[in-house]
Amino acid sequence: MTKEALLEVRDLSVSFRTEDGLVRAVGGVSFCIRKGEVLGVLGESGSGKSVTMMSVLRLIRDPNAIFAGEVLYKGRDLMRLPEQRMREVRGAEIAMIFQDPMTSLTPVYRVGWQIAEQIRAHQSISPNEARRSAIELLGAVGIPNPTARVDDYPHQFSGGMRQRVLIAMALSCNPDLLIADEPTTALDVTIQAQILELIMRLKDDFGSAVVMITHDMGVLAEIADRMVVMYGGRIVEEGTREEVFYDPQHPYTWGLLGSIARLDRPKPQRLTAIQGAPPSLLHLPPGCAFAPRCPQRFSRCEARPPLHDKLGTGHLDACFLEPEAKRTRRAVGIADPGLAPS
Amino acid sequence: MTVFLVRRLVWTAFVLFAITVLTFLIFFATPGIDPAAAMAGRNTDPATVESIRRDFGLDRPLPVQYTMMMKRMFVDRDLVSYTNRGVQVLPQIKAAAPVTLSVVLGAAVIWLLLSTLIGIAAATFRGTVIDPLLMALGLVALSTPVFWLGEVVNLLTQSRFHDSLLFSWVPALGYTPLTEDPLLWFRHLIIPWIVLAVGFIGLYSRVLRSSLLEVQNEDFVRTARAKGLSERRVMVRHVLRMSLISFVSLFGLDFGALVGGGAVLVEVVFGLPGVGSLIFRSASGLDLPVVMATVIYAAFFIVLANAVVDVVYALLDPRIRLGRTQTA
Amino acid sequence: MTTTDVEAFVQDIRATGPQPAGPWKVAARRLRRNRTAMAALVVLIVIAVVSLASPLYAEHVARTDPFVSNVGGTTIVDGGRVDVLQESGGLGLGVTPIGPTWDVRHYFLGADNEGRDVAARVLYGGRNSLAIAFGAAFGCFLIATSFALVAGFFGGAVDEVISRGMDLIWAFPVYLIAISISTVLLTQNLELGPIELGSDSLILPMMIIALIFVPYVFRPIRGQVLAVREQEYVRAAIAQGASNAWLIRREVLPNVLPSVIVLLPLVTAINILVESGLSFLGIGVQPPAASWGSIIGDGQGLLYSRPWVAIAPGIMVVLVVLALNILGDGVRDALDPRTKLRVER
Repeated sequence: MTKEALLEVRDLSVSFRTEDGLVRAVGGVSFCIRKGEVLGVLGESGSGKSVTMMSVLRLIRDPNAIFAGEVLYKGRDLMRLPEQRMREVRGAEIAMIFQDPMTSLTPVYRVGWQIAEQIRAHQSISPNEARRSAIELLGAVGIPNPTARVDDYPHQFSGGMRQRVLIAMALSCNPDLLIADEPTTALDVTIQAQILELIMRLKDDFGSAVVMITHDMGVLAEIADRMVVMYGGRIVEEGTREEVFYDPQHPYTWGLLGSIARLDRPKPQRLTAIQGAPPSLLHLPPGCAFAPRCPQRFSRCEARPPLHDKLGTGHLDACFLEPEAKRTRRAVGIADPGLAPS
Repeated sequence: MTVFLVRRLVWTAFVLFAITVLTFLIFFATPGIDPAAAMAGRNTDPATVESIRRDFGLDRPLPVQYTMMMKRMFVDRDLVSYTNRGVQVLPQIKAAAPVTLSVVLGAAVIWLLLSTLIGIAAATFRGTVIDPLLMALGLVALSTPVFWLGEVVNLLTQSRFHDSLLFSWVPALGYTPLTEDPLLWFRHLIIPWIVLAVGFIGLYSRVLRSSLLEVQNEDFVRTARAKGLSERRVMVRHVLRMSLISFVSLFGLDFGALVGGGAVLVEVVFGLPGVGSLIFRSASGLDLPVVMATVIYAAFFIVLANAVVDVVYALLDPRIRLGRTQTA
Repeated sequence: MTTTDVEAFVQDIRATGPQPAGPWKVAARRLRRNRTAMAALVVLIVIAVVSLASPLYAEHVARTDPFVSNVGGTTIVDGGRVDVLQESGGLGLGVTPIGPTWDVRHYFLGADNEGRDVAARVLYGGRNSLAIAFGAAFGCFLIATSFALVAGFFGGAVDEVISRGMDLIWAFPVYLIAISISTVLLTQNLELGPIELGSDSLILPMMIIALIFVPYVFRPIRGQVLAVREQEYVRAAIAQGASNAWLIRREVLPNVLPSVIVLLPLVTAINILVESGLSFLGIGVQPPAASWGSIIGDGQGLLYSRPWVAIAPGIMVVLVVLALNILGDGVRDALDPRTKLRVER
């Protein structure tokens, strides 16, 4: 993994002014995405994963939102780009697809028109050519009979088909980076696998890097090259897929791993849940955000742990426990957190 | 679309039928009211009352009475006024209709144009002082009774400031047909149009603004922005386009209020000899045949206009035009 | 992230944070903090109190009876006694009533064509206008909510029939229907069994106005009832054999109450406008009783010579309707959690 960085986020913070005070949705997040790789961003709702990626594209237009930090894309800081230049990046160089395909297409326009609209926003081609590209793309994402379906309206498509349309739209300008924000969450389980497979196949065809935002570890287990785990608006662990799955460093990641069924373990184990509820961003604890739910917490957790490369392998985590202590506790922790020392 | 049109047509026919029945019941079957005496109005001559009883078949069962009335209204078209002895009703309505049509259509154009502009302006300048200012003005506008506003405007343009440069062009109250003198027609009507539209502009600019702000939060707008479209294109082609759907459907309902309510009042205040003035005059003279016929014809016009708006609404929204069934 | 996302997000946060006071208390606190709405409420209360006190004003301050004509009457202006109706232009072309004296004891706003005290009539008129508007709103909500509860709760054919009926009334040009009913009732008295209503009764315009706006209130409340009906906890209660009466009282009514409270001031505001329009046309409140609309109608003939006769009641209508609309907006904002996020300037 020595390929150059395509997108580098440096110390990004996003806050919202609300009636109840300032809510810090993202608190100083840094990571990078390399050309052609798949980065998984994992976290519960409210962990700031969607806010982070939408801020990258500057899609948060709430007048109460406050941003800080840098987003370097091919050397340019997107946060400081004029709106006109930013528009040329959106949809053409970085594309994004969203969680709910049912509501993500404008109901009153034909799907082909909506795809062509994006192409024509970025390339000077004739309406006819754009339409032909739209048909081609619909075929590429597996819509049967694209020549006829190109003139259908969104309500004439099922959810899975609409997500395919949205993927076709996202890829219409051959972007270098595709951000997929829980693209399968709203879909039936059988459709989920098809959509994931489609994204992975097209990523190779189009040579795009992919950021896959999800709360589903199973999704990332199959496709991610590297992973970022977020909790309470911060990154708590970052590493390659193998590192995070086979040598997880943060107790929150252990909890996530303990809560999914594993067929690759020698004997069947009880599934475990993380105790408590996700933190209120209004009342974040001053130290480690996970501490109130963490079976491993100790005195140092009153302070905020830095994201640190304790192993020296580029596998980062934000926990004060020493790697050795983690290794011993983790075995017990994942097996049965009820017996874990607290 | 065909299914939709047929359904809408059947419903419209049903509403028209219901309106004639309801109007008939109001005029001929209100408990405690002797319809013959009511029709005769202030004319208490027993011979007239007796002839009305015979003419309308008032001693026969209600369905027969209904049929006879409908026949007189739409087939023979020979209703006469009894207070205004012998004057035919329908020619009066026919003469008044173009005036009312001029009043309501002009007002509707101003209403739609200005409320769209103000609604967009308020939504665009959200967060500045312009937005709350426009919305406060809108609130005052929709809180002002249209006939009172008309009187105040008359006071200013016809009396107090009529000799000033600002209002010397305003003709005396009255009406000139478009075919006779288009410019004078316009000068007569421009003030009534604005007065009639003001309240609706207030309401609709507020409705459109909140609709625009609401639609801006929809997922498909986020998609449109993520596509890299210009902000103007996102606002016009996606946000405004969707807001117009609810805007038009509301317009259909309130157009009836404009014709049946506001226009009547404005015609009375500005001395325009339209259907509203006719209703007013015959209502204050208790000239029931005229009121009945005018109400039915005006109601027909409103219901048909509603149907037209609904078809436009369907053209704007493919989900309705094509039915909601999924084909995939 | 759009505002809705932020809202959902803040809601999530809120759900896990310390729970605030009950929703009604929160709404009341927000409403009290809304200074515009509070000012509107004060204006409304002042106008209502002053209107209710109209007999006191007529009897003890102005010392007139605003319901009998006073063609030959006199009053005092600047210490001198003058006729209430004065010869205009000295050409014997008729009389012009006295203009505003701006003296609360002697024809504060002048007199109308029949020499009656306009200020006193405006106050009495306010009493009638407010009584009709609030009475009609109350009646309208009673009818609409009852139908909405029945339609939404029982669903099926019952809902279909009621909803279609409401659609039908909705499609009617309501003003024209109101004009028809009023005109017919003006010819003779209405007899409903033992009750006979004269054409001068306030009940008639009240009933007419109440009826024509029933569908406007029915629709949103029925929607609310349907939504509550589909809630898991209501289904659970049904499954456990809860009675319909219990369900309506304990689950449905509390949930539709916010909609009713939001709609009430807005419908009352429309009622004031409709009543004034009908009375202006002479088919609402009947003389010698007055309402703001009928006084504006009286003032039409005097518009250029004595404009205050028409202007004063109009200002009252605008003030009350504006106050009700502002209050309605305030109540909606207070009850609607979507306004959690504010643009801070």
